Amino acid sequence: MKELKVQPIKNGTVIDHITPGNALKVLKILGITEKYADSVISIAMNVVGKRGVKDIVKVENREIDPKEVNKIALIAPNATINIIRNYEVVEKYKVSIPDEIVGIVKCANPNCISNGKEPIETKFIVKSRNPLRIKCYYCEREAEDIASQII
Amino acid sequence: MKFEGRDVISIRDFSKEEILHILDVAEEMIPIAKGEKKSSLLNGYIMASLFFEPSTRTRLSFEAAMKRLGGGVIGFAQPGTTSMQKGETLADTIRTAESYCDVIVMRHPQEGSARMAAQFASVPVINGGDGAGHHPTQCLLDLFTIRREKGNIEGNTVALLGDLKYGRTVHSLAYALALFGVDMIFISPKELQMPKEVVEECREMGANIEVKNRIEDLGNVDVLYVTRIQRERFPDPGEYKKVAGSYRIDMDILKKAKEDMIIMHPLPRVDEISPEVDETKNAVYFKQTFNGVPVRMALLALVLGVVK
Ligand SMILES: [Zn+2]
Repeated sequence: MKELKVQPIKNGTVIDHITPGNALKVLKILGITEKYADSVISIAMNVVGKRGVKDIVKVENREIDPKEVNKIALIAPNATINIIRNYEVVEKYKVSIPDEIVGIVKCANPNCISNGKEPIETKFIVKSRNPLRIKCYYCEREAEDIASQII
Repeated sequence: MKFEGRDVISIRDFSKEEILHILDVAEEMIPIAKGEKKSSLLNGYIMASLFFEPSTRTRLSFEAAMKRLGGGVIGFAQPGTTSMQKGETLADTIRTAESYCDVIVMRHPQEGSARMAAQFASVPVINGGDGAGHHPTQCLLDLFTIRREKGNIEGNTVALLGDLKYGRTVHSLAYALALFGVDMIFISPKELQMPKEVVEECREMGANIEVKNRIEDLGNVDVLYVTRIQRERFPDPGEYKKVAGSYRIDMDILKKAKEDMIIMHPLPRVDEISPEVDETKNAVYFKQTFNGVPVRMALLALVLGVVK
């Protein structure tokens, strides 16, 4: 019998295979906060799946744009996105890391210009994808603990 | 190779061919830099010299470079005199300054400031040092000095000595020397060793690198590049004294070195080099300081598009 951890949704997005413990960060990265009060969000953490432990996020009535989704790759490189319409998966894709990461990660260097009051967004250049290594565009310092530096 | 309108933020923005071209143009500038030949090459151009942190040497040599070429200079030497003090952003200061000038030279205490300024300025920005970040004109004048004194950059063995951990200028220099296939010896106290990734990168670029914690013998060294070991790096003043003392260049060390080894230092120095060394023909650090002028002249003329 199939065990139902999270109820199926009619329309919206299911983000599956999120690195365990990172579901809330995924929501934060997607900017899903109070302003999405009208859509139902369900979260399942530490779900045992076929490929091991994972987190799952379901966002009803919202189809997440691939561009937004790529941000997720920073903390959940194995995540998959399922777009649901009328209970059917109509689109499915894996996240991929963009070449530049803008406005998502904060630079750990306190003396970096991007940490001041300048009218700029933080910007990181991806140096390698596996393992993920990113470098501040401004001060060129490499981010050491990316997950903890997410804005 | 196109220089007109380009920013000079990091030495990494330039290829080996471009670096050599800058040095060639600098070579032609020497008689003008010395005042032996008059020039009106940059007549009618204005350079804004924005020094948010004092650096007499860099500022004076940029201003001298611009004026020797007949150009004008506006600007400030310390932030106390600017509206930054009133809380203005660097971005706004840059947008203001660029409407008065053709090129901006800036020094700022924060890393990445020059890169950001270049985003906001439509005129070229030349980085005169951004915090512990880049100082590309220092790097270029170091390369220029090696080429003038040794005839070539390639084929030399260069020892970088002192604080190799902090301050990206010495990292940029190592990168630039590796670009020219120069073999290097990194000599520093254990606490101030060259970061591993810099050593690795230089090796990947094909340079032979030796890492040492003592001066020992400098028998095969052609260029000895000395940097300052800052007191602040050591919580214990006794430890600082011990370390600084064992890295001091004096006549005894010179005796064991190649006769034509040159000694460089970005200055200011404290007591890394004994004053008696100044009188030897090995000491080229004052020439190195002068070389900042022709190199900066070359950059100004190139980014303004007056020299191709
Ligand atoms: Zn930074």
